Order: sequence, then structure tokens, then C-alpha cells
Amino acid sequence: MIKQIYDVVIIGGGPAGLTAAYSAWKNGAKEILILERDWEVGGILQQCIHNGFGIHHFHEELTGPGYAQRCYELIKEKKEIEISCDTMVLKINADKIVTAVNPHNGIFHMQGRTIVLAMGCRERTRGAIQTPGYRPAGIYTAGAAQRMVNMEGYIPGKNIVILGSGDIGLIMARRMTLEGCRVQAVVEICPYSNGLTRNMVQCLYDYNIPLYLSHTIVAIHGKDRVKGITCAKVDAYKKPIPGTEFDIACDTVLLSVGLIPENELSSEAGITLDPITHGPIVNQHRETDIPGIFAAGNVVHVHDMVDFVSEEAEIAGKYAALKAQGRVTGGLADLKIRTDNDIGTCVPQHICIQKNNEIITLFIRVRRPMKHVQITVRNSEEVLSEKHMSAVRPSEMISVSVNSGNMKSRYEDWTVSIREGL
Amino acid sequence: MTKKADVVIIGGGITGAAVLYELAKYKLRIILVEQEPDLATGTTKANSAILHAGYDALPGSLKAQMNVAGNALYHKLKEELHLEIKWTGSLVVATNDEQLKILYDLKRRGERNGVPSLDIWDGKAVHQSQPNLSSEVLGALWAPTAGICWPFDLCLAFAENAVLNGAEIIRECRVTGFDVDSGTIRMVHTNKGNIETTCVVNAAGVHADDISSLAGDDTFRIFPRKGEYILFDQKVQNALVSIPVFPTPDKMGKGIMVAPTIHGNVFIGPNAQNMDDKDNTAFTNEGMNEIIEKAQTIVPCIPLTQAITEFAGIRAVSDTNDFILGPSLKVNGLFHAAGIQSPGLTAAPAIAQFLVKKIIDKLKPEYNTTWKAGRPRHIYFKNLDYDEQQNLIKENPSFGRVICRCETVTEGEIIDAIHRPVGARTVDGVKRRTRAGMGRCQGGFCGPRIIQILSRELHIPIPEVRKEMCHSYMYFEKKSTKKVICDD
Amino acid sequence: MSTEEKYLNCINCPMGCKIHVTLNADTIITISGNTCPRGEVYARQEIINPQRMLTTTVRIQGGMLQLLPVVSQSTLPKRLIFDCVKVLQGVQIKAPVKMGDVIVHNILNSGVDIIASRDVKEKST
Repeated sequence: MIKQIYDVVIIGGGPAGLTAAYSAWKNGAKEILILERDWEVGGILQQCIHNGFGIHHFHEELTGPGYAQRCYELIKEKKEIEISCDTMVLKINADKIVTAVNPHNGIFHMQGRTIVLAMGCRERTRGAIQTPGYRPAGIYTAGAAQRMVNMEGYIPGKNIVILGSGDIGLIMARRMTLEGCRVQAVVEICPYSNGLTRNMVQCLYDYNIPLYLSHTIVAIHGKDRVKGITCAKVDAYKKPIPGTEFDIACDTVLLSVGLIPENELSSEAGITLDPITHGPIVNQHRETDIPGIFAAGNVVHVHDMVDFVSEEAEIAGKYAALKAQGRVTGGLADLKIRTDNDIGTCVPQHICIQKNNEIITLFIRVRRPMKHVQITVRNSEEVLSEKHMSAVRPSEMISVSVNSGNMKSRYEDWTVSIREGL
Repeated sequence: MTKKADVVIIGGGITGAAVLYELAKYKLRIILVEQEPDLATGTTKANSAILHAGYDALPGSLKAQMNVAGNALYHKLKEELHLEIKWTGSLVVATNDEQLKILYDLKRRGERNGVPSLDIWDGKAVHQSQPNLSSEVLGALWAPTAGICWPFDLCLAFAENAVLNGAEIIRECRVTGFDVDSGTIRMVHTNKGNIETTCVVNAAGVHADDISSLAGDDTFRIFPRKGEYILFDQKVQNALVSIPVFPTPDKMGKGIMVAPTIHGNVFIGPNAQNMDDKDNTAFTNEGMNEIIEKAQTIVPCIPLTQAITEFAGIRAVSDTNDFILGPSLKVNGLFHAAGIQSPGLTAAPAIAQFLVKKIIDKLKPEYNTTWKAGRPRHIYFKNLDYDEQQNLIKENPSFGRVICRCETVTEGEIIDAIHRPVGARTVDGVKRRTRAGMGRCQGGFCGPRIIQILSRELHIPIPEVRKEMCHSYMYFEKKSTKKVICDD
Repeated sequence: MSTEEKYLNCINCPMGCKIHVTLNADTIITISGNTCPRGEVYARQEIINPQRMLTTTVRIQGGMLQLLPVVSQSTLPKRLIFDCVKVLQGVQIKAPVKMGDVIVHNILNSGVDIIASRDVKEKST
């Protein structure tokens, strides 16, 4: 039943998948396949029409569609890279056999010498955040609304409240305002915003959109269509404080309450997931605990910037290619990276050291905003890397480069710690 | 324009649809009117989806009689209409000696009602069957004839068969009044015109008393009682239960249960709140806390982070606390199927047969000799084997395009849902027929795509696509293009 | 003449310094609250002539998409943003389009072109 064997099969044609394909090609892979469910590649970038992408990766400021096009242009003429759009992957197994379906080929199977998972992430929904009220029309995830506004040409409503101050929510606040809608409020349960400062200023303050920090929506009104919401202040445990409720009339609620890596295929294949990132546990080459299955981008952990997605996908694509050609060996882990309490996530979670002085980049997110911090990576007592930062926030990823040093000490786990107020 | 009908059924929930199905076996012109764009948008859509065995209701009540008879009928109907039913059996668990005694009472009551094969299990047997139940469970009443189902599918199945046999369904049709002449129904007024008829079935759910009043019969009242539920992701079923598990009932009712759904999810609920507003299906924080707390007495570890949605339903409680079935005492030609709360879903086919017998006694129609059993099968791509899937895609490539990735629903299935008898007209209508949008992403990915397919297949612009109810419009035209320059 | 006060959030880094500016008419008197020189540069720009990039969409006919995403080639005066959006709401173009194609030249005499963010191919019939 297996039609073909590829060096590298890439699941998903967003920025991670496209960059991984290019990287695999640069590193000698001869048969590369990208499987993409939409009718074109580019993934979620195609609906992110705002600018601010690409400064690190392409050294020019691009819009989302522009970034996607740059990624695509790097691979479109390569005969070694095949792209199958309109194709949904149904299953991956530990033998790296991929089952997919599309209207032209029906169900088909292929095997990758290696696989790169690049499925991205999905938005958290209202149910998952348990907002009381009816289930009227007019409640959308910010991303679903963004697609309708930016790609199909329809608006979700005229008077809008946005729950959550993540970047998608902020960007949508500006987008809806420019489309002639009125954004009544952005409501954020945390005492700080979850978006980039630039987006706070240019998407909210520029348009005098009120931001309610430490607030949440406690009820949604309206039966057929949203008529309004009740908002309340929350305490330190994020529980609504009785007596602080107030109503806001609106016809639309957009949810920007977080993203979750899309790992149903990974779980079914038997890949171990990190309960904190919700993505596969990977080593510095982005290899999972199934040898030969790699992962990159938002499927591993949610990134704040697509440039970092590409950086990660270059690593995954490279090692997937090398492994497919038998040029590297080694599995998930020799040692683990342990983190202290103020660090939320750290990717990679494992390190597999095969050579001296390998430069390894750690992507870290903190749990709370802090100022004047020092981040230290240690191998036992030896300091491998130190980084000072004037301020860190949970919404912004921190990258720390580490020299793996001498192989002799490789059996000690690494620790990453952060100290505030230096 | 005035239409004519031998029978008009008001309300497209499970009861109205079951009556329609039974009536379509006769040579009658039948019209069912439903006020929303789809059937099963009231009590039928938000309940526990359990086909009860029948040990709950008091012996001699209509509820008891219809429950046991309805359960038996579904065992036959499942084959004929390809109903989405799984005969799982159910447990009522006891956590103390007093409750154990009640279980024996329930068993006796069930036997008097005619429920077959009831049994009392000891704690060991219960835990063997359902290992995640609380260690405090001492025993349980086992009812093997209980089942779980997809209520929407049951309702649709009845309606689809009836429509194929000549019945008519008018949706978005709201009854506004009646002409009653010397105590007899002559005409039904609706927002879509008048229907001349001498026989009306009132299956209007929580609004059955309002409909009855409109015709001049004020003999009963319906009180809305809200029940709230929390639904969990499919992956937690192994951590919860594989069959419905009830607590020992008390004065307040059957209590908060933990049960699987036919689609592999698990829910907890419902609570019971008497309401003033018949349309209040808002779920509340208090309600959620209540059902979580009570469900934990059955299964201590409820995986709250895996909740995918919460919902609330309204049950129609009559002032007699029993079903109100049969001809109106005040208005000739008006037949009630009112106060249909639990076990109304289970009772529906029996209620239908009961009422239809009374209607044919009055109208004395001939049999519909061209009546055909069954309905077109739903194609569920996900459940087909490899060869069937391949052939289907070869025949119709739209079955090779997956629209809902969480539930693996293809474009072909969505198109079928729109064009089959009593087809979907709304996003939720597509969802309930195909499961597209019911998974963990709750339509985040497939929502915009389903809207486009509805717009294309129904030949309506996107701003006319609705979520579920009459006025539940979803998207609007952007500020118009050309004019704008001249405006300012 | 009375002095005016303005507060700004610096966007240069995650510090997000709250910058306090005092003005007399249009003349900046003091800038404080910034922790680095970039903050001062940012504050001056924001007070004297705030600039923004504009991204939006225009209708496209005969293409694989309904809408073409567009972007200003460089920043525009902030005060022109809404007017530019209005102009672009009235624009309809024909596929095919290449990334970088000028969609509106010198929009509202700002000296800035509005260009296509991506390619849009013709719809194959």
C-alpha cells in the first residue's frame, strides 16, 4: 500500500513546514514531500495581513502573506521538493508511515525516512474557558474572524468586545476598527497584557480602545445573536469579585484566549508530549522520542514570532535531512533540561550531545513579568551561559544561546534559572 | 395563501417528529410547523440523551407506561431507521445503606412498570464494570435495556422518513393563532400564512401551554426547568465511565449523572432549576460548580481541564408532573402532547402511537399503501473501511476533502447533510447531522469553511447564513466599496 | 502659554518604559521616564510626527482570492490612516497581481505607495 518512500515527509505547509523543507533540501535531502490541508501553502500567515514579520529571518519587514511567499519562493523551483495541497493527513505511525487523503488521489500512504511535524496550533475556544451564558451567534475565535475579514471579506459584527489581550486579539482590535467597527473593550484576566508592547500601543492606544486588565467576561447575553456581556474584576486567583460586574453592549465577542499546539496526530503515533507546552518533548535537533520524527514551530510550543518558528524549522529540517541520509545518529536524549519555578516553558526539553562546543539555542518563556533579570544555564555547577535582560514578559519568547562545552560532562542534566532585580 | 391539511403538528422536536412519522403511515395530508430553521432546537437538543429503562416513573403514570413501551419500540426502530443508538445498559449507584434500600425499591418499581432484567450488583461487580467510580459505591441497580443515543438523529430520522412518505415540514413557521368555530378547530394562523385543518397536535414543548391558550384551552400550565451539562473531550472516556451512571434518586429527581455520549465524549449533569423564562438556556457558574461537586460523588476525579463545552437545556414540566396526552377537554380537534420532560425522548415513539390511535379514531383514514420504511443512510466517512472510502472518493471527490479535522468530516458529508430530506440550513444543522465542528476545536478551523459551503449549496449570500436560530446571523457585508469614496 | 503633558509607552523593547513628555505649544520641553536613548528618539517622533505602517485589503476580481492584502511601502503619517483605508475600500483590481505591485500610487499625496503583499494568480476556469 505504500506508494513511495521519501527522505523527509513534512506535515503542514505553514512557515515551519516550508522552512523545514528548504533546510532539508540545503542539507542534502533528495526527496522531500510537504502535505498541506489548505488549497495553498502558507498556513495561518495568509490571514495575518499585518506587518512585523521577517526582520530576523529575511532581514526585511514583511506582512504575513509576504513572509509566506518568501518561504515558498525558496522552494518552489526545487525538483526535490514536492508539495501536495488540499491534503489532510489522517494518521502517522511509529514506522513513519503517513496516511493522507485528498480529492484527487483518495487515501494514500507514504513512508518518510524521517518526518517533520509542522501542524501548528489551534485556538482555545469558549468551552475550554467556561464562559457562562447562552450560545448565540456572534462568538468567534479571533483567528476564525480574522480569516473571514481578511480573506473572505466579511465582518463578524459591528460592536465588538475582545476577550484576551494576546497578539491576535490586539491585531484584530485594530483590524476591526479600520473596517469601521467599534471595539468596545479588550478584557484581560491577567494583571498584565499578553501581547507585544508594540501591538498594545499601535492596536489599542492609537484607537483609544479601553483595556480592562484583571477582568473577565462573566456572562454573555443574547439568545439568537450576542446582545452584550457582563464583565467583572477578578481577584489574585482570577476568580470574579462579586459586586464588580458591569455590562457592555456589543453584538460580537472575539476570543483570543490562547493557542494550543495541534498534536492529535503526534499522540496517536505514540510521541510523548510535554504537559506544559502541549507539544512533543524534543531535543536540540527537534527530534521527538520516536527516532526520526522531528517537530518544529507552533506544534512544539507556541511562538511569539514567526521568525523563531523558521529558526526552529531550519534546525528540524536540517537534522531530519541528515538523519534520513544516515549522517547523524542518536536519539532524543542524553540529558534533560530542568527549569526553576519562574520559567514557564523551555524548548528543547532534552539535549543529546554528540560533539564538543555545539551551539544550542534555548527558547524560554517566563511565568510572570519581571525586570532586570539574569538567566543562567548550568551544567552541574559550571555556568554554560548567562544572559541579562532589562525586562521579560510571559508573552515574549527569550532565546538563550548555549555552548554545550566539552563532552566529558555530558551526563549531568542542565538547569535553567532566572533571578530578578539585579 | 391558505394551505389545507388533515393534521397540523405544532413543534418539530422529538415528540412532533415521532407523531409525524406515525401519521405518515396513513393517507393524510400532514404539515408539521417548526418556528426555528431546523428541527430539534428546543428540549430535544440539550438533554441527557439517555433511553431510559423505565424504573423511575411511578407505576400507573403515563410516564411509566410510555417509557417502557417507547424503549421497546426503539429496539425495533433502530434497525428500520438506522438510528444512532447504543444499548449500553445503565447503573444507579448507592453509596450508603439507606440508598441501597432505595435501589431495591427502584427495582420493584421497575418490575411493576414492566422493565425487563433488572438486577442489583454488589460493589465489586460495579467496580469491575466501571473502575473509576468512587470507592464508596456499595452497589448498583443494573438496567440492561437502557441505552444512549443521538437525540437529534432520532428526531431527524422520524422527520426524514415522514417527508419521504409525503408529509410536509414548514420551518421558520410560528403559530400566531387559531380559528375555533363552535368549539372545533378550523384554521391555524402562522407567520407564513393560514392552514385550514380540523386536527392539530400540540407538541410545542415548553410553549405547549401558550399554544393551548391560543386555541382557548387553559387547562394546564408548563413550567420550564433548566438543566446544565459539561461535556468532555473524547480522550477522557477511559478515565470516567463507559455506560451511564446515575446517583440514587431523591425527591429532586434522577440527580447528576456521569455518562458517555454516543460519539465517545463524556458529560456530567444535569442540575435542575425552575425558571421563569422559557427560553433561558444560559449556563451559569453556580450551575457548573453544582454539577461538578455532585458528579464527584460518583467519579472522584473529573478531568476539568478536558471540558470542551458547557450547555443548558430546558425541560417542560407540567403542573400534574406527568405527561399530558390526548384530546383537549375544551377544544375539539386539538390533541396535546404536553409536559414532555424526561423520559420524553424514550417515550416519544409510544406517545406517537398513543396519540395517532386517537387521531385515526377521529379521522378514520386509509393506510398509506405506498408507505416505505427507512431513510437514506448517512455516510460517515470516518467509520467506513478503506475500500469503501476509496470508492466513495473515486465516485465523488468531495469525500476526499476533509473539512473538519477534529472529527474527520468531509465536504461530501456536509453537502449530503444540506441536500438530504429535511436538510441542514444552518451551521449548527450541519454540525448536528455530520459532527463537523463538534470536536475539540469547536469549529475554530472548519467554521468559516462550513459557512462557505452552506452559502454555495443553498445559493444564499454569506451574510444570510445563520448559526442556529431564526435571527442568529453570523457575518455581515464589509463597509461597501465603491460608494465610500463619495460619502465623505 | 500653558504647558501640556503627554504619556507614551515606548515600544522599542519589553521594558515598555512609560515616557513623560512636557510640551509648550508644539515644542518639546522635557522627556523623562525612558531608560535608554532609543526612548527619547521614539518619543520625539511620536510627538512631532507619528508614523504608522498601514495594512489592509482591497477587492480583487478573477483571482484565486476575494481579497488582496496590501501594505504601505513605508510608514505613513498616523493621521492619514483612516482616510487611506477609505480610499482602499473603494479600490477593486483585477488578477493576476504580483507581490510588490503598486496598487495605489502616492496615496493621498503622502509620497507613499500602497503595494500588494503577495501574488494572486488568476482563477483557472
